[in-house]
Amino acid sequence: MRRLAARIYDWFDVRFDLADLTASLRHKTVPVHYYSYWYYLGGMTLFLFVVQVGTGILLLLYYRPGINEAFESVQFIMTKVRFGWLIRGLHAWSANLMIFSAFAHMFSVLFLRAYRRPRELTWISGCLLLFLLLGFGFSGYLLPWNELAFFATKVGTDIVGQLPVVGHWLMVFLRGGEEVTGATLTRFFGFHVAVLPGFTTLLLALHLALIQRQGISVPPGMEPAMHVLAHLRKHDPAAAELLLKTAGYQAAPREMPFFPNFFLRELMAWYVALGLLGVLAALAPWELGTKADAFAPAPAGIKPEWYFLWMFQTLKLIPAKIGPIDGELVGVLAFGLAGVLWTLLPFFDRGEGRAQRWIAGAGVFAVAYIVTMTIYGYVAK
Amino acid sequence: MERTQSLPNPRPACWFRLATLILFAATMPLGAADAAPSAAKDTCFDCHRTMNDDASQGFRDDIHRTRGLTCAACHGGDSTAEFMPDAMSPGKGFIGVPARARIPQLCARCHADAAFMRGYNPSLRTDQLAQYLTSVHGQRLRQGDTRVAVCSDCHSVHGIRPATSPTSSVHPLHLPETCGRCHSDAARMQAYKIPTDQTEGYRASVHFQALERGDLAAPTCATCHGNHGAAPPGVTSIERVCGTCHVFQEQLFDQSPHKAPWEALGFPTCLTCHSNHRIEPTGDHRVSTSEKSFCATCHSEGEPGWIAADQIHTALTGLDASLHRVGEILDRAERAGMEVGEARVVQASAQEQLIKARVEVHTFTPPRVEDTVTAGNKLAAQAYKAGEEALAELAFRRKGLALSLIIIALVVLGLWLLIRELEARKPAP
Repeated sequence: MRRLAARIYDWFDVRFDLADLTASLRHKTVPVHYYSYWYYLGGMTLFLFVVQVGTGILLLLYYRPGINEAFESVQFIMTKVRFGWLIRGLHAWSANLMIFSAFAHMFSVLFLRAYRRPRELTWISGCLLLFLLLGFGFSGYLLPWNELAFFATKVGTDIVGQLPVVGHWLMVFLRGGEEVTGATLTRFFGFHVAVLPGFTTLLLALHLALIQRQGISVPPGMEPAMHVLAHLRKHDPAAAELLLKTAGYQAAPREMPFFPNFFLRELMAWYVALGLLGVLAALAPWELGTKADAFAPAPAGIKPEWYFLWMFQTLKLIPAKIGPIDGELVGVLAFGLAGVLWTLLPFFDRGEGRAQRWIAGAGVFAVAYIVTMTIYGYVAK
Repeated sequence: MERTQSLPNPRPACWFRLATLILFAATMPLGAADAAPSAAKDTCFDCHRTMNDDASQGFRDDIHRTRGLTCAACHGGDSTAEFMPDAMSPGKGFIGVPARARIPQLCARCHADAAFMRGYNPSLRTDQLAQYLTSVHGQRLRQGDTRVAVCSDCHSVHGIRPATSPTSSVHPLHLPETCGRCHSDAARMQAYKIPTDQTEGYRASVHFQALERGDLAAPTCATCHGNHGAAPPGVTSIERVCGTCHVFQEQLFDQSPHKAPWEALGFPTCLTCHSNHRIEPTGDHRVSTSEKSFCATCHSEGEPGWIAADQIHTALTGLDASLHRVGEILDRAERAGMEVGEARVVQASAQEQLIKARVEVHTFTPPRVEDTVTAGNKLAAQAYKAGEEALAELAFRRKGLALSLIIIALVVLGLWLLIRELEARKPAP
């Protein structure tokens, strides 16, 4: 078996000179220190994205966009297609875990200050990827054309319509008209399976290429020790060994080969995630609800998905008017400004202690705010 | 027009005039707030309001006042006159309290005048008096019995509201109470020799249950007896009265073997089984051979009617039990998160067949009911099978999940061992 694998490798190596490619993989390392486990979150988000792509393609085989067919086709997938329930369950649960994982990855990067120079573009591409994932969530939620999705889309696009100057135009563009109709459904379907995947693939490639090119960031406090160790290893390996033995784990960070050591660990985490997805899909199937009816009244206490809930709850709490300006407009503009500032965060960190403390404080506040408002959103009527 | 009360002294003392003026002036701000929308001058109301009497209290929000009519519209006189002698002058047509016997005609002066009513409410009927004169109340009034109900007994005297207003005494929610004020009064009804348990019976009926749930389409007294032309439906018209709402039951009864003999015997059709006011909720046990069965009232064991009742009961309860089982199994599957939307549609169709079969009971023909029940049973079996399949699928999923988790655990363990072996062989630098 090994001989066969070696022969296949040789066949390609002769033609494409694989040694160059594998060399970079062989030399790629991952820092090992007290916070190393946060490094798994990026790979976890990528794995869940791959699950999304795979299950999404399978769902495409049966899903039919259109107000007379969408709900029925999802119902057909859930009841008649062999393992259709599993594929839809995995797709829906994986989407939620992916967004959670992406948020956690973002905050870990923030608190470990991995966004700082020279990785500004990695941070920006990551932020844009998170916005795209939220777009996937928003557009995919409507596709089963059920009651909750219909009204959530109505409320969501209404909020977009609040934006000054372009608001109404943007709302009409998203809806394919003044109201949420079949045109909205086919449009969202297009965004979900073509437009967003296209942009995501490009940005993801850039994000991964940047990481590959620049290597994995080490938290600032641990950098000097890493440099000393690397220097000693190169010039005096015995002294390096002595340092490792005497200084202990924390003070003397190490590195781990990406392949296979880190990759195998990441693979373990992916398998655990796969098991969790299976448990969720089998024991808590994603419900289909009732078919959307444009003439039915909106169900009481309608709420968006959890990842939009903190923003939705904030908009609910803002007074109808703040001075002469519409309260909701103020909220939407504030979120827009916060999003832009968040994306440009690396440029505010110039290595000074004060700016770093402000950024860390903003990160703590953002986590506390999102968690609090999400819980409040679920508890509030 | 007959005067029914003595008028005040046409020359009141000066102190009385002064007191009236002071009172009137003192209440001017209040009067402005209470002014009718049309702002028609109504000195009668203004004076009576200072006395806080029932008439002015009631008339404050009366529909007639809100449309700009004054006291003088019914009582005559001049409601624009500043002083009482002028306002209540017989010369100006003041009649005081109208005589009971004249009230229907008094109200009809406006309410039977289509041209006049068009100016206020074009959709309001103008045949109330004509209908009233055909009612038992109207006929007895003509014969000189002034104890019977006239307009003001049902609609109230001064606080008249539109019948659609929930505060009106003739709104569906209040009508049983309004009719019951007289018809539940044993002393009052003694002279007429009619029972007084109608309201009590109605309150125990399925119709009242619907009304209590807020269903304003549920029948009340006036639905069956008529409102202005109120009269008990005769034996021959009962079926038509019930058939106004229960259309299919009436049609099926007309085709049934009971129709001709019951007519010949003078049985009151629907009432024979369902009673009149105390119409209790029906159930499959009412068509059976049990003690509570309607059929057992007339039919004895072994008779064709007895056998037919038993057959119909068996068919209906069989489908009902099947549907109960279907509901249970689909509920279980749904609670476990299974999608059973299509099976629910089939269940609803089977339920419709049961409802149809229960209506077809009025044919009293077992094969007709059994045909519908058979169709319902087929649908129920289909829905039950879908429920069984959903539960089987659920069990399959759980077994598959357990197997997958074992495989995943083994792979994770294998990876962990592999990492250990790799790092033991060549520790990470």
